[in-house]
Amino acid sequence: MIYLTDITKTYRMGSMDICALCGVSLTVGPGELIAVMGPSGSGKSTLMNVIGCLDRPTSGSFRFEDREVGSMNDDELAHLRNAKIGFVFQSFNLLPRFSALKNVELPLVYSGVPARDRRQRAIPVLERVGLGDRVDHRPSELSGGQQQRVAIARALVNGPPILLADEPTGNLDSRSGKEILDMIIELNERGMTVMIVTHDQGVAARCRRVITLMDGRIEGDRVQ
Amino acid sequence: MNFGETFRVAFEAILSNKVRSGLTMLGVIIGVLAVILLVSIGEGARVYIERELTGLGTNLLVITPGKTSTSGGFHPPSAGTVRKLTYDDALAIKRRAWLVSDAVPIVFGTGRIKYQNRGRDTSIIGTSPEFERVRNLFVEVGSFVTQADVDSHARVVVIGRTVKDELFGAENPLGKPVMLSDARYRVVGVMRKKGVSLGWNIDDVVFIPVTSGQELFDTDGLFEILASTPRAEDTDRAIAQIKEILIKRHAHKEDFTILTQAAMLETMNTILGVLTAVLGGIAGISLVVGGIGIMNIMLVSVRERTREIGIRKAIGARNKDIMAQFMVEAMTLSAAGGMIGIILGVGISLLIPVFVTVLPTSVSLWSIALAFFFSVAVGVFFGVYPARKAALQDPIQALRYE
Repeated sequence: MIYLTDITKTYRMGSMDICALCGVSLTVGPGELIAVMGPSGSGKSTLMNVIGCLDRPTSGSFRFEDREVGSMNDDELAHLRNAKIGFVFQSFNLLPRFSALKNVELPLVYSGVPARDRRQRAIPVLERVGLGDRVDHRPSELSGGQQQRVAIARALVNGPPILLADEPTGNLDSRSGKEILDMIIELNERGMTVMIVTHDQGVAARCRRVITLMDGRIEGDRVQ
Repeated sequence: MNFGETFRVAFEAILSNKVRSGLTMLGVIIGVLAVILLVSIGEGARVYIERELTGLGTNLLVITPGKTSTSGGFHPPSAGTVRKLTYDDALAIKRRAWLVSDAVPIVFGTGRIKYQNRGRDTSIIGTSPEFERVRNLFVEVGSFVTQADVDSHARVVVIGRTVKDELFGAENPLGKPVMLSDARYRVVGVMRKKGVSLGWNIDDVVFIPVTSGQELFDTDGLFEILASTPRAEDTDRAIAQIKEILIKRHAHKEDFTILTQAAMLETMNTILGVLTAVLGGIAGISLVVGGIGIMNIMLVSVRERTREIGIRKAIGARNKDIMAQFMVEAMTLSAAGGMIGIILGVGISLLIPVFVTVLPTSVSLWSIALAFFFSVAVGVFFGVYPARKAALQDPIQALRYE
């Protein structure tokens, strides 16, 4: 469902062009569970941003479900992010002023779901991640693990086919980290395509496919 | 994202920082308040003067010596080179202009009136009996100047209420001798109390026969002639008649000016219209300053919420959703400020005449509508730049922003 062909992403730094991605080709099929590994600066996050339609590649072709993403305008990219992709970030990225419920409802706001239907759709998702009794809590009133579960609920609420997780356990203690990882893997087992950026060998060990990046290139791509 | 949703989000953002929002709104509140207040003061002055001018008596024509512009306006009394208007001119108008019901000669000056050891500087008007009727000023006790007084150059004086109170107190002034400049006069009447009109105290004045006035001021000319027509629609024809008569009497020269009440009103309206516009414009500047305050705070707000913008974009907000969110926020701030400003402005405008009686105000609907429209427009204008800045944020950089 995702086809990257010879993707490059370069940044200008002074008079030098630095490539964060230097010719990456990659195919991701539906239902895959992929760990993306590599040292800092190897281009993991840039790859995730490109696949997540947050960033446009400098060159190369990126096809998402038979559509060329490179030719889309900003609004179409926004729609893709809204309907097709769920993001989970290392730092949760919840809106601090909003309750857990409001945070989960947010993607529905941008897909035009009427206010009365949003709650009905958001509550079951929150219950599914085990926060049915915390819907009115603000992020600051929740533990790190709970915040990440709100973030996962937010990523799931629009029913996207793919979940992108950028170091989802990086800010969590090992117990909550394991819970979050279990939850993500369970989502994959139910058919969702999942890509996890991680430093953690333990996380990678639980993924069928591990892609290793080095200096903007794919160095290893193995299925275990 | 629909409008109601956008509005709700904007409202929550405003309420989440009440002090800052309040101070930002204060700029707009003061701007709108100033616009409404100053415009209502200007309008109040206009309405007041219009009412006073109309109160002078209906269908009044003022004939003054010297030719000035035909569009009307005020000008100094005659210069030496033009022929003066005379008492005979007034008589001729009255006799021969059949559309003119009255032609009242006026001489005007100031002088000192003395009774026993008390004196007062006052205005002296020399006139004829018709003055009462033409100017709607009536005698209360005694009698006004009579035609016989005018014909005989009688040394009689009718005093205004203020003069009576100052010189005579509770004493009955009728028949009492007074000194007017250096001549001896006898009081024959006291005017009814009228009060201040157009900044002039009509009660602080004395009336004498026009002929005696000419002697007193040592002149054979008149300050002006007041003429009146019974019907407003005859005004133009009456003016033509007066012109014809006077031109014939003045060696075929039009060396006088006829002002109609309408022309005077128009002149005053023009002056006060400009005044109101200038006041409103000055107040408008403070509204613009309020708008800059909104822009400033919106820029701060966009910066503070960079991460929020990144998050919203990551989960599917389009640029225009972000733009709308900040635009509505800026407009809500300015519109709410405008609304409060209108309430305060109207309130204070209505209270001013209660406490400061010399300052009439008139709240006009157009100034309210204009002030509100401008406050919203200010929000739009000064909201666009910050909102665009927010909308065009790069989502990745916005997400990284700490």
